[in-house]
Amino acid sequence: MTEASTIAVGAETSAPAGHDEARSLTSDAWRSLKKNPIFWVSMALIVAFLLMAVWPSLFTNVDPAEAVLKQARERPSANAWFGRDIQGYDIYSRTIYGARASILVGVFASIATVLIGGAMGVIAGYYGGWLDAVVSRVTDIFFAIPLLLGGILFMATFPNDVDSPYLLVVGKVVLVLSIFGWPGLARLMRSSVLQVKPNDYVQAARALGATPWRIIRAHVLPNALAPMIVVATINLGVFISVEATLSFLGIGLTPPAISWGVAISDAIVALRTTPHILLFPSLFLSLAVLAFIMLGDAVRDAFDPKSR
Amino acid sequence: MAEAILTATDLVKYYPIKGGVLRRKVGDVKAVDGVSFELLKGETLGIVGESGCGKSTLGRLLMRLEEPTSGSVVFDGVDMYAQKGRAMRKLRRDIQIVFQDPYTSLNPRKTVGDIVGEPFDIHPDVVPRKGRRKAVQDLLDLVGLNPEHINRYPHQFSGGQRQRIGIARGIALNPKVLICDEPVSALDVSVQAQVVNLMEKLQDELGLSYIFIAHDLSVVRHISDRVGVMYLGKMAELGEEDDIYGRPTHPYTQALLSAVPVPDPTLRDKKEQIVLKGDVPSPANPPSGCRFHTRCWKAQDKCKTDIPLLELRPDGAGEHLSACHFAQPREIIETIDVSDLADGDLDTGRRDTASLEPVGDGPADS
Amino acid sequence: MTTSETMARESAKSSGQTYKPQDGLLLEVEDLHVEFHTPDGIARAINGVNFDLFEGQTLAILGESGSGKSVTAQAIMGILDMPPAVIPKGQIRYCGQDLLTMPDEQRRRTRGPEISMVFQDALSSLNPVFPVGWQIAEMFRVHRGMNKSDALERAVKLMQRVQIPAAKERVGAYPHQFSGGMRQRIMIAMAIALDPAVLIADEPTTALDVTVQAQIMALLQELQEERQMGLILITHDLGVVANVADKIAVMYAGRIVERADVYDLYRQPGHPYTKGLLESIPRLDQKGQQLAAIGGLPPNLMRIPEGCAFNPRCKFAQDVCREDRPALLEVAPGRESACHFAEEVLHG
Repeated sequence: MTEASTIAVGAETSAPAGHDEARSLTSDAWRSLKKNPIFWVSMALIVAFLLMAVWPSLFTNVDPAEAVLKQARERPSANAWFGRDIQGYDIYSRTIYGARASILVGVFASIATVLIGGAMGVIAGYYGGWLDAVVSRVTDIFFAIPLLLGGILFMATFPNDVDSPYLLVVGKVVLVLSIFGWPGLARLMRSSVLQVKPNDYVQAARALGATPWRIIRAHVLPNALAPMIVVATINLGVFISVEATLSFLGIGLTPPAISWGVAISDAIVALRTTPHILLFPSLFLSLAVLAFIMLGDAVRDAFDPKSR
Repeated sequence: MAEAILTATDLVKYYPIKGGVLRRKVGDVKAVDGVSFELLKGETLGIVGESGCGKSTLGRLLMRLEEPTSGSVVFDGVDMYAQKGRAMRKLRRDIQIVFQDPYTSLNPRKTVGDIVGEPFDIHPDVVPRKGRRKAVQDLLDLVGLNPEHINRYPHQFSGGQRQRIGIARGIALNPKVLICDEPVSALDVSVQAQVVNLMEKLQDELGLSYIFIAHDLSVVRHISDRVGVMYLGKMAELGEEDDIYGRPTHPYTQALLSAVPVPDPTLRDKKEQIVLKGDVPSPANPPSGCRFHTRCWKAQDKCKTDIPLLELRPDGAGEHLSACHFAQPREIIETIDVSDLADGDLDTGRRDTASLEPVGDGPADS
Repeated sequence: MTTSETMARESAKSSGQTYKPQDGLLLEVEDLHVEFHTPDGIARAINGVNFDLFEGQTLAILGESGSGKSVTAQAIMGILDMPPAVIPKGQIRYCGQDLLTMPDEQRRRTRGPEISMVFQDALSSLNPVFPVGWQIAEMFRVHRGMNKSDALERAVKLMQRVQIPAAKERVGAYPHQFSGGMRQRIMIAMAIALDPAVLIADEPTTALDVTVQAQIMALLQELQEERQMGLILITHDLGVVANVADKIAVMYAGRIVERADVYDLYRQPGHPYTKGLLESIPRLDQKGQQLAAIGGLPPNLMRIPEGCAFNPRCKFAQDVCREDRPALLEVAPGRESACHFAEEVLHG
């Protein structure tokens, strides 16, 4: 530096050394996610379950609806890997096919709650005033009803017919989970919007004359989304278990539909003598729930700057 | 005298305090309570005051980030608070802001290019889409950043560099007025001067008018042509830089000036210090009459009942605006004019070394 | 001040351990190094710091963020989080005894009665769920084994000493019921409660308004004179330093680059960094001033430049500065500078 630096206005050209390429917060999060083994384990499980849901025939060519009554309650063997259940169905095949119901319910209920809860949360947090008051009171009301109780009440009030189509029943379960699941996300979203809103970059955009929609889209949402994504991922696991519970109670999916909850329910009667019938569907159910919860945890760790 | 670009008249901003179960209004925080001033073309008006005096609220009112409770701002002949929709958006081009905290003023998920280019996205007719990248790079260059860093993210820059990014965004639309809300107070000492110099350079090159809000009286003196001193939502004194620093007539200004530590140990015992009693009262329940009377050593009964008006009062060498019933000039600090010194022998105009006090080491000293 | 006298007599402190300064020498910091081991690498926060502190002396440690000034204070107090911090080398001797090698229990007992600290942020340093009087009294109960009512009475006296109006009535009030300046007074009261020999004030007035800052600095000075404490004032504010310090140590990138008497340093800085700082701050008593900013940025502590850490920003820098790290050497009686061109800086 020479004499010219006495009035130095343009001298600060070097960035804090070392960071040569552009690094966004998202790419930082991704880098730390990549190093986390829990992330990879949960992703592997989730990919496996997704494949089961979409192409069950990839995993088995045994027809899950084919009952071999005389082999009922058979223990695991070379031709029926997980054994056979009370009706003589192949448990392996039925467990694979059962993934579809769980994944469908989990994924769609999560998408629906994110859309409804996210929108409500943004409206309440960003606009405030009476809109906030209304949304907050509504979420309070829904909050008072536990998810499972709400599900039971709803499904008991609108029971399934024996011949209701599969998708209608799945749709009903998704609907009830969405109705009772969005308030949690709305609250979460509202509070993160409230945290983001006072930041000067939001004020700067207002000062530039940006429309509310632009501010929400460009500034508020990208900075407020992370906690909701984490919780929505964890919720996905919760929804899967609630679906199984409803089916177990006989008010969600009912036979002949194939689902882990139905399988567990059927297995209970033979619990003492042939526990393997219960073991495999419950194991898959637990793994699926666990996988989503682990993924949520891993994502949270990656987005939380304090852990980095 | 240059003409005014912005005229604020009787600006008032009260924030309601709600209490009780029914969230009824139980009072007001009187953040800004009747402030009037003019900003002239090309000048820098400094606004100083301690925390809670309303200076930041004033800045937000001038930006119309808040709606005033009453009062008006006329910007370039247009009544700002009467504008709506498109007209208001157009007006916003001409008046921009630089924030205090370089860490919260930039969206962490946007690149520098997105941040500095956002003004062009919002006002697409300013620069054609094709020319925007170039325009952003020119702006980065202008504020002393490497134009090649356009794709980096804010967290890859230091505080001073981030403040430059914030300034680049502020001047992107070529505004007429830039409101600077404590733009250097979050920066390190050695970086502060860089940013202050940059702001002075930009003012010269772009003909900007600044409203420079700060609590640091030294920085404000350095950059301002005129200075307003605020106390509890009111303007206590307003005048030319020399009037305020050389011939302050309001007791609060005098106390404030006397409290500023000057980086010169030889002034230790020579500088008179007025120690004020107590703390600034709450703006939710400001004192009656003159708001300063609870801490003022000159206060009389009149001060408790009559609100002193901000009007021209004699200061010994002329007159300037002051809001004190008993306004009287008092020299607090001896000013040295160093503007004649050439850049080269910039020796901070230090005092005659012969007059130095004996130097002690240890307990006996001071 | 009678309260302080009684306290001083009580100084046969409950720990049993006594510390006696030799010729007024309270604290010696010798070749102190502190590193932070982070996932991204090792940040060398302090790289060989030396200084002494005498009774009744005010030493200002001046530096910007990242200079290591606060880490130095935390190392002396023993409140660094280890890990990530590591002290690979160095000594901090209090009355001749090395604090770093002392057993933990013994060291803990020095905090409060021997060395204590005032922090920048009084609000987060006070526990919000207990009354302030209770928090001050806690010091007496824990360290002196006083009973509740005696301790509380003593707390009231201390609150009066730090000029908190209506101390008796407000002893039961909670931290949030006080203003920033009053909270800082309470922090000071807690820090001096056990009559320490060394008081470290880490940016004690940075969060305060200027009129309140003046009150707090005056109070600190008064207490220091009254009790003959050694005061280490850690700050970035050249104005505050000029008003209260006896000696100054200027830190840059974890080293002391200049150490001098306050009058000498302001009259004639002996290091380009100090000189740059003095020339870059606007002064209240000058008009028409040109600010000569220091170019560039403070270094990243993970990649401190070779040679003199300041060389990339220094207008005196030559090849030697990029290769050789200058030692802190005496350049004039009573003053030291770590610069190859200290002579030129001093007289140039």
